Amino acid sequence: MKKKQKSVSYAKWGYIFIAPFFITFFIFSCIPLVDTIRNSFYEYYNSGLKVIGPNWVGFQNYLALAASDLPKYMWNTFVMWILGFVPQIVVALVLAAWFTDERMRIHGRQFFKVVIYLPNLIMASAFAMLFFTLFSNGGPVNSILVNAGIVSEPIRFFETTFGTRAIVALMNFMMWFGNTTIMLMAAIAGINPSLFEAAQLDGCTHSQMFFKITLPLIKPILSYTMITSLIGGLQMFDVPQILTNGQGGPNRTTMTLIMLLNSHLKSKNYGMAGALSVYLFIISGILCFFVYRMMMDDGSKPKKAKKGAKA
Amino acid sequence: MKKKIISLLLALAMALSLVACGGGSSKPAADASTGGEAATAEGKIINIYVWNQEFQGLFNTYYPGVERDADGNAKTSKDLTVTYLSDGTEVHWTINANQDGVYQQKLDEALANQGSAADDDKVDLFLVEADYALKYTDADVDVAVPLSELGITADDLSAQYKYTQDVVTDANGEIRGTSWQATPGLFAYRRSIAKDVFGTDDPDAIQELLSDWTKFDDAANKLKEKGYYALCSVADTYRVFGNNVSAPWVNGNDVIVDQSLMDWVEQCKRYTDEGLNHKVGGQFTDEWNSDQGADSKVFGFFYSTWGINFTLKGNAGEEGFGDWAVCRGPMPFFWGGSWLIAARGTDNAEHLKDIMLSMTADPEILTTITLETQDFTNNEEAMNSIAADPDYKSDFLAGQNHVALFAEAAPSIDMSNVSPYDQGCCECFQNAFTDYFNGQVDFDTAKANFELKIKERYPELANGNVVWPEG
Repeated sequence: MKKKQKSVSYAKWGYIFIAPFFITFFIFSCIPLVDTIRNSFYEYYNSGLKVIGPNWVGFQNYLALAASDLPKYMWNTFVMWILGFVPQIVVALVLAAWFTDERMRIHGRQFFKVVIYLPNLIMASAFAMLFFTLFSNGGPVNSILVNAGIVSEPIRFFETTFGTRAIVALMNFMMWFGNTTIMLMAAIAGINPSLFEAAQLDGCTHSQMFFKITLPLIKPILSYTMITSLIGGLQMFDVPQILTNGQGGPNRTTMTLIMLLNSHLKSKNYGMAGALSVYLFIISGILCFFVYRMMMDDGSKPKKAKKGAKA
Repeated sequence: MKKKIISLLLALAMALSLVACGGGSSKPAADASTGGEAATAEGKIINIYVWNQEFQGLFNTYYPGVERDADGNAKTSKDLTVTYLSDGTEVHWTINANQDGVYQQKLDEALANQGSAADDDKVDLFLVEADYALKYTDADVDVAVPLSELGITADDLSAQYKYTQDVVTDANGEIRGTSWQATPGLFAYRRSIAKDVFGTDDPDAIQELLSDWTKFDDAANKLKEKGYYALCSVADTYRVFGNNVSAPWVNGNDVIVDQSLMDWVEQCKRYTDEGLNHKVGGQFTDEWNSDQGADSKVFGFFYSTWGINFTLKGNAGEEGFGDWAVCRGPMPFFWGGSWLIAARGTDNAEHLKDIMLSMTADPEILTTITLETQDFTNNEEAMNSIAADPDYKSDFLAGQNHVALFAEAAPSIDMSNVSPYDQGCCECFQNAFTDYFNGQVDFDTAKANFELKIKERYPELANGNVVWPEG
């Protein structure tokens, strides 16, 4: 009866409902974003309690950063990310394949799903504190190794580059493989079961099924996982920060980009920190561009389907 | 209809969540006080910023204005964050750990808001350490109220050790802080290990064995032969060398690295390579603390006054009680110390004056503190008389009169080489060279890392040079 009126008021409600997002986005994201970019062109820091600046310096902050070891910290970030990501995706794939395999019939799937997701629920900094204690020179890991006679002297994990990076990677792996497993399980569950049945009837082995059916069909989700993890990895901060007491030691080989940002903020150096943020913004932008391209390639069909659904 | 109600509810929920974020200003209960005589124009709440419980403990035990029960225990809130004074004023403690600059970050934030904060939320009193005292006592910054403005005269403080006033005196000669302690350093060692290796635990005999660094090296080698470590962490000797520099860290925009610090680097590298120290990273870590326990193989620690009665005693535990002794060691040095500073904008000037005078200038209170806690307090006369008292002894140090050693060392402390950059320089220098000691980087890389770190920490030094001593 009142169909026409209702459709008009629906549109209004639509705008009202999305307004809070835009208002909060503008206040809490847009303004700080613009401010960060503006600050990056100024000399603006605290010397003791005295505020120096803001003085316009143009691109000087950018040049100073580019001249320092920025690429080194990018490399550190990348190495620690890849060391954690490779085992993460491999283990997640294997687990997801097992859990979704009808023939294996693993008991207590729900229980394992919860257990592997648990590390993600702990606050990263608390988790880092825990690992710092576990792997410290007098910590339980070393006590066990020494008492079991595996090593004669405690291993000084945090004094070697590989040790520290490996622990950071291990933690990132532990925190995220559960999440990835659950995502991949959802993807595998979305595959039409008749494909597997048909393959089984034709005498397909487990590994053939995994490589020829499962893997190609969950490719979009895999690439999505990789990109989100890459962007998350770019922002790696709390784990190495707590683990190395903010030093990124040894020899700044575990210093990530955000840790560098944080160390500039110690002297409230808004100029440098702003410039570094803009660099990060550009890097993330480039990564996002690749995601977009990938999504467009993979998703050309779904997009058309969506259009169809709307009409 | 149903849809409409749900959508309305949702919209309401969303609006509420927005509003909820905005509000929430917490106002401490100010009406708890019953009103007293002294607090007329004064605020009802004194906010004190500090990084550990040391001063809080002293305040609760020894400040006469604290309200006490029949047993003399201070009346505090259950979580100890509030101490009640007998005139109805509340002392609110804000404790932020020192590590990674957290304390200063919080303090700086609070000081920056001093103008707009409500009277009862303003910082009234804060504590600083020697490493960064200059940051807060700067006359241009003016966050510290000069003592003369509070009505404290030079006469009131005449018995204090001179250097404790020099540190907090600004460029115009105004004293802006005061301390209850003087912090000369000593070498604290384990008596049982001394007996095992050197055949004696007598402080004078041990001092003879450690009186310069060459002898110290010989002693360290003897300790190693018996399976002990002379020292725990490389950071333990940093203060000893770092206090004996010939110039401040920073001159203009240039960072000057003193030869004494390079001697430290050389010694630490040697000790680490030859296994003369226990290779513990840093100080105040679990490993470092447990190395002061009874099962440890570490011979001794360079410690100053507060370190012995507060830190070492705690770490040594019951088993280690009485197994320690102190001697002067190879070089005089000092370490730490805490100063009370009245914050600009305080509404409790009268109280602060009384707190400062009682806690840092009242000879009776200071003497009691030394007698009861064995801390070394800031009153030359009182300390000298305790030093001369044949009956005074520390049970923790198995009957030794450590105050005598402190009293001997305190007048010679010279803090003229402190700079506002000490804390950052000290941290960056130790961190950069720790990698070198551990064999992770070569000497030149460590130097380069220090230059990088220091310029990151202090942007104002970015255009200057880092000058290394020749040779």
